[in-house]
Amino acid sequence: MTQTIDQDAVSKKVAEAIQANLHLAGPLLPILRQIQSELGHIPADQVGQIAKALNLSRAEVHGVVSFYHSFTSDPQGKHIIEVCRAESCQAMGGRMLESKFKQDLGIDFHQTTDDGEISLEAVYCLGNCACSPAIRVGEQVYGRMTVEKAENLLNELRGESS
Amino acid sequence: MSTRIYVPRDSSALSVGADAIATMLRQELSAQIDSGEVEIVRNGSRGLFWLEPLLEVETDQGRVAYGPVASEDVTALLEQGFAQGAQDHPLALGLTEEIDYLKKQQRLTFKRAGIIDPVSIDEYQAHDGYAGLRNALNMSPQDCVDAVKESGLRGRGGAAFPTGIKWQTVLGAISEQKYIVCNADEGDSGTFADRLQMEADPYALLEGMTIAGLAVGADKGYIYLREEYPHADQILNEAIAIAKEHNFLGEAILGSELNFDIEVRLGAKSYICGEETALLESLEGKRGMVRAKPPLPALEGLFGKPTVVNNVLSFSSVPIILDKGADYYASFGMGRSRGTMPFQLAGNLKQPGLVELAFGITLEELLYDFGGGSRSGRDLRAVQVGGPLGTYMPKSQWKTEMDYEALAAIKAVLGHGGLVAFDDTVDMMQQARFSMEFCVEESCGKCTPCRIGSVRGVEVIGKIKNRERPFENIELLHSLCDTMENGSLCAMGGMTPFPVRSALEHFEEDFI
Repeated sequence: MTQTIDQDAVSKKVAEAIQANLHLAGPLLPILRQIQSELGHIPADQVGQIAKALNLSRAEVHGVVSFYHSFTSDPQGKHIIEVCRAESCQAMGGRMLESKFKQDLGIDFHQTTDDGEISLEAVYCLGNCACSPAIRVGEQVYGRMTVEKAENLLNELRGESS
Repeated sequence: MSTRIYVPRDSSALSVGADAIATMLRQELSAQIDSGEVEIVRNGSRGLFWLEPLLEVETDQGRVAYGPVASEDVTALLEQGFAQGAQDHPLALGLTEEIDYLKKQQRLTFKRAGIIDPVSIDEYQAHDGYAGLRNALNMSPQDCVDAVKESGLRGRGGAAFPTGIKWQTVLGAISEQKYIVCNADEGDSGTFADRLQMEADPYALLEGMTIAGLAVGADKGYIYLREEYPHADQILNEAIAIAKEHNFLGEAILGSELNFDIEVRLGAKSYICGEETALLESLEGKRGMVRAKPPLPALEGLFGKPTVVNNVLSFSSVPIILDKGADYYASFGMGRSRGTMPFQLAGNLKQPGLVELAFGITLEELLYDFGGGSRSGRDLRAVQVGGPLGTYMPKSQWKTEMDYEALAAIKAVLGHGGLVAFDDTVDMMQQARFSMEFCVEESCGKCTPCRIGSVRGVEVIGKIKNRERPFENIELLHSLCDTMENGSLCAMGGMTPFPVRSALEHFEEDFI
């Protein structure tokens, strides 16, 4: 994400996401999901284009973007680590994992490391409560996490990045 | 016939390394796989999660289980004849069906979980799949609704509203367009039954929704799935495509006049979208703001049309009711809680997993006979029942029978059936504060008691923690809880006080 993506390319991606989902009933969430997944965020200057296509006001689209935890207006890191903060994970040492990630990465929830590599997010239940504590990185969920496994994972992610 | 080796593709099994094991087995056994002697099947999970990854091998005596298997064990397992079902390896658990935890259950909704390849429509049908729909196609819509009513099935999402009565309202509504919506936004901590069901036996959900469509006259169904469940998304979409190919979905289903289609829609990380009206708003592409009721979604639901909104497990329980009859289903359970309930054991337990049983088992039996006590080896102290809006139950309440009314009598809720156990290291004031924090994070913001009350709740518990006039602040907290309970539009603000108050009432020593 270090290189700047050209503005026209962004605009084109957004237009494609709109086209791909416009036939659906209630297309806004699927459109935003596609943009978030392809661009890593929903650029504020693209809200107008989405609003126009759906005959909504910009405020309405912005309202939806800001409501859901999945959508962000700022670019996310290359890797997103989601740490479960819910009760079952708490009962199995989830709070320790939380501190471990925050400390090691030097960031809080909803922040990204300075090199733009890793974002830390809170998640409230991954449905993996019988293998608590759990975290998720991209599509991969990790169960029965320990501080040690967290450290190995961070090393792997950093190794991949450098 | 080839030997079948089962390696689950369930999210929890994957989270502890099932894919790596499947890859290793495919490599090590490549010759036998190529010659057709061995087949590797990616099944769903049996729900015995502490044993995942749980591998099974088919033998003449039945399926033999091994678990929890790590990649490092694969070579030794193969050397000791695992692929032939030999039981010399220390991870061998004997016949799967004879494992006590499973043997003691009454599996109706989850009867196929872990047994079949989730996306094999042939295996589904070989295990009674689509028998319910075939019966329903020969019945009138009213007879279908009556069967669901007579079964006593109540909404398994948490509110426990009688499913048949909801369907009756939608059947009676006059509209050219009606919808079936499945609430698969399983956000409660400690619950995973919907996920397990969708990943282990997706056709049961599709069949249940199709029967609902037939019963109320709807031709379009949506599954609103939380985005935290990518594997369920994958499996559901595979199953929908196959069901369409086989004419179990689409037009003129099985040669009848029934048209019905299902689409999966993903959420975007919002707990409140599990509330049915917020869910409908979200499906329509709006902020997930709770709607005032009335109008009921049954009359004015998705896009303003009459809509059945039911939980994954409610829909998945319908096929067996239409197959074996309402009486059969109603013969399980107690009082007004009929049928079975999939309890989900989570948190600090030795044997967490899914336990489907008739209503009426006690919490203590679930925690110890099934759960095996704490994983940490320390004493269990508190159990939160029914998700983040459920109460923390102290030991003195563990003899309570798990039934909607018995729990309501002690101001507890069964909710979606999740139990989260905590050992004696838990700080109940911290848990109470977390309940308020969670409400701050997830409140839709529509009504003041929930939106502002939760923020004040976090603050006031913080003051109690800092020993600032603790007695007065505890009184203030009670008063705040009253306001939230009585003044909120939905269960989010209305029930956040439940865990808080139960912590105050039963674990006072942690506050003072």
